[in-house]
Amino acid sequence: MAKSLKQEFTKGIIKENPVLRLVLGTCATLAVTTAAVNAIGMGAATTFVLVCSNAVISAMKNIIPDKVRIPAFITIIAGFVTIVQMIVKAFFPALDSALGVFLPLIVVNCIILGRAEMFASRNRVVPSIVDGLGMGVGFTAALLAMGIIRELLGAGTVFGLPILSNFMDPIIIFLLPPGGFFVFGILIAVAGKLSEEGHAPEAMSCATCPLNASCTKRAEKEKAKEGR
Amino acid sequence: MDLKFLVGIFLAAILTENYVLNKFLGICPFLGVSKKLDTAFGMSCAVTVVMVIATAVTWPIYTYVLVPLGLDYLQTIVFILVIAALVQLLEIALHRYMPPLYNSLGIYLPLITTNCAVLGVTMLVLEKGAADPNFGYVASLVNAFGAGIGFLVAMVIFAGVRERLELSDPPKFLKGLPITLIAASLVAVSFLGFNGLVDGLLG
Repeated sequence: MAKSLKQEFTKGIIKENPVLRLVLGTCATLAVTTAAVNAIGMGAATTFVLVCSNAVISAMKNIIPDKVRIPAFITIIAGFVTIVQMIVKAFFPALDSALGVFLPLIVVNCIILGRAEMFASRNRVVPSIVDGLGMGVGFTAALLAMGIIRELLGAGTVFGLPILSNFMDPIIIFLLPPGGFFVFGILIAVAGKLSEEGHAPEAMSCATCPLNASCTKRAEKEKAKEGR
Repeated sequence: MDLKFLVGIFLAAILTENYVLNKFLGICPFLGVSKKLDTAFGMSCAVTVVMVIATAVTWPIYTYVLVPLGLDYLQTIVFILVIAALVQLLEIALHRYMPPLYNSLGIYLPLITTNCAVLGVTMLVLEKGAADPNFGYVASLVNAFGAGIGFLVAMVIFAGVRERLELSDPPKFLKGLPITLIAASLVAVSFLGFNGLVDGLLG
């Protein structure tokens, strides 16, 4: 193992932050960050699924045939998502109604399949768990930043506590979809500026897509290259 | 089934409940594949087809198999597997019987399995059906079709915006993805203007 466990953990939080640097899992990021509490709930649920699926997938990496690995990964992930759905429904009904359809949609969150494909299926169990934990914390941190900014500007509160409401009227558009896109854009720009490269990612590329290895488009591109 | 009801569902799915710009479903292809008009169009057509077929299959499975057996908690697992199998089947069928169509649409199919808009639509129509008994199978299919067309509208509009964006010179700080997201935010503002339009038209 070239990298220490500590590096595996911290890379997901800053250097390879799944949301702000790799731009994965955008749907959930934009949709649930209207309040800081929802951001934490979504982050925790996703982290749980990420850690569990990473652990199981890395433990089973030698049993799963390479050809059917994507369906197998998706089934494992869907199993843990179902567990999370049941836990949230039973113990946090308010969170369940706030997250709505985005709770089951954790199953198609590219971060989880991406880590399964790029990390867990190639590494041992313990580093995979640490990697999942780091990526999950990075995801939660990005969501929390979005949630705090949008709640503060859109409702004048943070975690439901009034902060700005005595000084200014809330700017409701920050709670609406356009505000989500706007805050996300600015955050990506800031994260890009602070990163080593010094700029935000150009666009979403195939390189970060979890289905890159099995994508027909890529296979065809390579075929065209060889033909020339 | 009232035709006006169905038209209302269809228009609402495109304009006021636009899956990309209002519900944040399918953002990945919206940002990733919208650089050129023809790829944006091809991707959206493939998404629309898969959305309608997926809804057509998952709705009866949920209503007539999972609910009577008390297995509705398996919804997530069953739906994602059904969608994955459907996409795979569709790809094979297109490859075998319609090569020209496969060449233009088939390349997007593997990406659609993990498109949250498809899984989202199959679950959201069931949620709507639970809230409103009038919202049956046909209404669900119309809603899925409208959602696909709404996705197409958003993609095509945004592809146009991005082609103009390529030629512009944004501040260095915002270059790349940030300015794209801010452009998306402005497109979303314009879609806010449709609020209440469908009820006003048909109400």
